[in-house]
Amino acid sequence: MIYRENGQFKTTYKTDQQIFPILQDRWAVLVLIAFAFVGIPLLVDEYMFRAILIPFLILSLAALGVNLLVGYCGQITLGAGAFMAIGAYAAYNFAIRIDGMPLLGALLLGGFTSALVGIIFGVPSLRVRGLYLAIATLAAQFFWDWAFLRIKWFTNYSTSGSVSVSNLEVFGWSLDGAVDKYLFCLILLVVFALLAKNMVRGAIGRQWMAIRDMDVAAEVIGIRPMYAKLSAFAVSSFIVGVAGALWGFVHLGSWEPAAFSIDRSFQLLFMVIIGGLGSIMGSFFGAAFIIVLPIFLNQFLPWLGGLAGLSISVATVSHIEFMIFGALIVFFLIVEPHGLARLWSTGKEKLRLWPFPH
Amino acid sequence: MAREIGDIILDLKGVSLSFGGVKALTDISFDVREHEIRAIIGPNGAGKSSMLNVINGVYRPQEGEIVLRGEHFSKMNPYKAACAGIARTFQNIALFKGMSVLDNIMTGRTLKMKANLLQQAFRLGAAEREELAHRAKVEEIIDFLEIQHIRKTPVGRLPYGLQKRVDLGRALAMEPQILLLDEPMAGMNVEEKQDMSRFILDVNDQFGTTIVLIEHDMGVVMDISDRVVVLDYGKKIGDGTPDEVRANPEVISAYLGASH
Repeated sequence: MIYRENGQFKTTYKTDQQIFPILQDRWAVLVLIAFAFVGIPLLVDEYMFRAILIPFLILSLAALGVNLLVGYCGQITLGAGAFMAIGAYAAYNFAIRIDGMPLLGALLLGGFTSALVGIIFGVPSLRVRGLYLAIATLAAQFFWDWAFLRIKWFTNYSTSGSVSVSNLEVFGWSLDGAVDKYLFCLILLVVFALLAKNMVRGAIGRQWMAIRDMDVAAEVIGIRPMYAKLSAFAVSSFIVGVAGALWGFVHLGSWEPAAFSIDRSFQLLFMVIIGGLGSIMGSFFGAAFIIVLPIFLNQFLPWLGGLAGLSISVATVSHIEFMIFGALIVFFLIVEPHGLARLWSTGKEKLRLWPFPH
Repeated sequence: MAREIGDIILDLKGVSLSFGGVKALTDISFDVREHEIRAIIGPNGAGKSSMLNVINGVYRPQEGEIVLRGEHFSKMNPYKAACAGIARTFQNIALFKGMSVLDNIMTGRTLKMKANLLQQAFRLGAAEREELAHRAKVEEIIDFLEIQHIRKTPVGRLPYGLQKRVDLGRALAMEPQILLLDEPMAGMNVEEKQDMSRFILDVNDQFGTTIVLIEHDMGVVMDISDRVVVLDYGKKIGDGTPDEVRANPEVISAYLGASH
């Protein structure tokens, strides 16, 4: 009833090609962003920021990067964690080895380093695809796990193997409080999401999707598979690298290679599969699902047990949490293999007709 | 008709192609003139699709060469062919299933789009202007093919006949000089075949595009093509106008079996 685009006529191609062509969507997104910037800092406490919101923002960014590669270009990767690590350690080395390196500079240089490495590890994609490529990217994961543990130069010869950063500051804005960190991550996420959206709705995005859907036909049209695939690896690794640097610098503060283990790679891959392959929005849904759901279950199960008169031990809760979480993943994949983003768009389609479907 | 058949634009000389021990094409030579509609016919397995794949560089022939507007290509590849103005459609529709009709046809403009990655990411003036200019061009093709009503539909959801039309649209978006059509009417009913024949003739007439097509429906081939090449078991057994080919005893025996 309310969600209608009737009367919103497009008279130029420009208005037809907006990111959100429907007026109500534009308002909803503006309100959401305004709420994220203004409302949330007023409402939420320190714990929420540190445990949920900041990880959510950073992993959304990483999932976004992975989605460009896996969802849009169809090149499966199991090395996302390694590229987060490369971003984090590269940013760390730029920050400590170059005097007066600003935080933003270090983060972006971390991203660029990750992009370069991504191009190198993307080369196998020119010859192999599917599961074989997944194995090839797995090699990246193992190699970099090893490198950051064993090559001491990367960790500046720290004896414990862990590195730490302090005194984060961006243009005189000191990121001490959780709110500042949250806002900084939010700004980066919004900017990168916009850039990513522009890419996927532009020529390069079409090239990626063409390679994903039918590579022979793409070549015949004049798309060079090498350029399309390697650019996807570069852009994806750049975003994942920046996310990794944020994870180390802003979220953890001090970290060791285990922070970017293969678990992280799988986690990111699950996020994009559950959220929706080939959807920017899906990356956010997936990250929210993977991060928020376990925390929710963690709080909700003891409460449910209390209602039934049972007291559930912490260990049992965490076991049940895993079981329910796994079952939900299977459930969602069966109900909607295209992910939460597709559920969302189906819902919107229904809403457009409601209450008079015909 | 307004168009006039011009000089030789594409010349194939002694093309042989084999896969391991299997000879797909043996010493095939024929030429295609500018603005003409050239058909390749032959029984199943005669090597027709292989022939098209050789022309646009998907397959590399072991022998022979391709001369395109006087330029010799001994090693053609799909990218070079695309740059040289050769477009094609596929026998088993090879559309980008996850993308809308509009995006599929826009993808055909790839070679003409110059904005770099950063400009696209920030959608700076130039990238935006380019996108809109190409959109306008693509809309002309959408109008031409009468598929306005489905421009935002993902192609995977379209019926077969429309998918074939989108496939043609994507090829047309390249503004090709030579258009290779691999069985454009396979699996269509009579009305769809008539529509498609009309589109092919219109493309040829309005844009002056040279067309090389493979087709099994003899009625269509004899009706719309200017000259016909007949292949059988990878060899050329006939070449000429539809009437000449129809009268050729070798062709008759390949299609109907010879009387002994």
